[in-house]
Amino acid sequence: MVSGPCRAEVLLSGACGRTVRRGDYVEARVDLVLANELSASRAIDVFEKGFRADRIFTPARVVVVPDHFTPNKDIRTAELTMRVREFVLRHGIGNYFEVGRGGIEHVLLPLEGLVHPLDVVVGGDSHTCTYGALGAFACGVGATDVARVWFDGRCWFRVPPPLRVELRGALGEGVCGKDVILSLIGFIGVDGAVYRSIEFHGGGVGALSIFDRFTIANMCVEAGAKCGVFPVDGEVFGFLEEWTPLGEDRVAGLKERVEEEAGRHPVLVEYELPRGESADVTLDLGRIEPVVAEPFLPSNTVPASALSGVAVDQVVIGCCTNGWLKDLEEAALILDGVREVHPRVRAIVIPGTRRVMLEAARRGILEKFVASGAVVCPPSCGPCLGGHLGVLGPGEVAVATTNRNFVGRMGHKESRVYLASPLTAAAAAVSGKIVDPRSML
Amino acid sequence: MCRTNTDQGGLEFPVRFLGDHVDTDVIIPARYCNLRSGDELGRHCLEDVAPDVAELGRREGVILAAGENFGCGSSREEAPVALRHAGVRALVCAGFARIFFRNAVNTGLVIAVCPELSRLAPRWAELGVEARGRIDLKAGRFHLRPQGQEELVLPLEPLPPFMLKIFEAGGLVASLTGRNGNGGTSGS
Repeated sequence: MVSGPCRAEVLLSGACGRTVRRGDYVEARVDLVLANELSASRAIDVFEKGFRADRIFTPARVVVVPDHFTPNKDIRTAELTMRVREFVLRHGIGNYFEVGRGGIEHVLLPLEGLVHPLDVVVGGDSHTCTYGALGAFACGVGATDVARVWFDGRCWFRVPPPLRVELRGALGEGVCGKDVILSLIGFIGVDGAVYRSIEFHGGGVGALSIFDRFTIANMCVEAGAKCGVFPVDGEVFGFLEEWTPLGEDRVAGLKERVEEEAGRHPVLVEYELPRGESADVTLDLGRIEPVVAEPFLPSNTVPASALSGVAVDQVVIGCCTNGWLKDLEEAALILDGVREVHPRVRAIVIPGTRRVMLEAARRGILEKFVASGAVVCPPSCGPCLGGHLGVLGPGEVAVATTNRNFVGRMGHKESRVYLASPLTAAAAAVSGKIVDPRSML
Repeated sequence: MCRTNTDQGGLEFPVRFLGDHVDTDVIIPARYCNLRSGDELGRHCLEDVAPDVAELGRREGVILAAGENFGCGSSREEAPVALRHAGVRALVCAGFARIFFRNAVNTGLVIAVCPELSRLAPRWAELGVEARGRIDLKAGRFHLRPQGQEELVLPLEPLPPFMLKIFEAGGLVASLTGRNGNGGTSGS
């Protein structure tokens, strides 16, 4: 029996206007193309000097977000962002989000309502796969690919085969989406899903909030995956209605489109595995515990309780993996304004976007952080990639809600980064060492 | 740096071995990703883990032979650009991470998949084995001469025709426009 198409196959078939199958090389129409200031700068070179193009194919489908080294960390970055801004204005790119109005791209785009279920999205940033939480096909590409989409609206893909992950049960108290994805990567390895589409199935999906799903989809690339795709369910539409400016009519229209597509391809919306298919990996959410990934690979997953006692110099909470309001709310359960950040620790909080920051301020969450002795930074990728706002020195140790712990990722090559959930990171900030956060709830 | 990707036969270069999961953060740390010039990127290529590669590459060119999942991590196109400008004449790995692989093909870095490096490259990287080698893409062979040992001939996996077309043209821009080179990405 030939197996039915996986979600990635269905979505790429839609963008190709014909049925495509795993392993095919295809040229597909792209619904949205994202670049940050670094990938945009390089893409501008390719667009102008390589393609020698003078107009963008569909400016409305282009998004540019200066977020990596912004607010500009040095003169070189200032020159680079000036060039990007000038390009954006010249080409009439409306979806440009200046410092203060925007935030971190992968939190910003969903909140702005720019990504919709079933869209095909590429971005000059590897964590573009975040949008799979909304049931989009979304993957990271390089600057030349970005320039090419600007040039003719298209991109080449190898259609990925699926890696089916079945989720059962529900998360226990003190356990987050971050613990799920770190556990999964720990199980399958950093090359466990190379070139595959990680597709989430099982009743456990319904028990995960959209924000946990964003965190999980965000780090699928850390297992080598091309994308990670969740089913489109009520949770997705609830997010679009509550959090985006799309409005009832637009969301109703999207719902209709999804229902129509799901009539032909139930795999897009159903939790159950397609008939005749078995899961490649099954995770019981109820058995997942708070974990951290030790240096220097995201797959070095161990229970937080097993590392109790590792002393910490810096804690980073936020970034594209965990920069949502839910993440800050969880961190504030521990950094509650009463408990103090440990004297030896610098605690840095980075909300994902202006909107997240504003909500966190309104709900008194930022006040709790500041009262606890944490510093709240502007939305930026900053320390995650060793840019600014918290670069590590030789031998320093960080617990971070970011996504990579490679050698030198957050600064000096002899620094060490432990990846963790917002709860585990907040617990480390207060205790000065890695602990199971459930002991502090 | 104007050369086509099919003329790699014949020339022999020193070979430097690397292990598994060489990530883009060590290939070119993000702190250099606001540099535009390929030559500047090349100078910092692998500087935190194997600073000798760029020196060797600049002096006489170098072939990198690595294990699994080369180029995992960030989508930064600076990674293949930095390698090329560091004098990496060819990159032969047991396996590649997907974004790096497409960036390498798109920007015209000479790459090849060699499954037999899966165990050999990490081990020889650890032992610091010195070797010279040459790539014969047409014949699909990696000729490897470790110091004091017999020559090994390792088979290379053929590129799928779709990618071969881009690769042979010298990159994505050239394959779509018929013009050589990849614009600013090849650096100035």
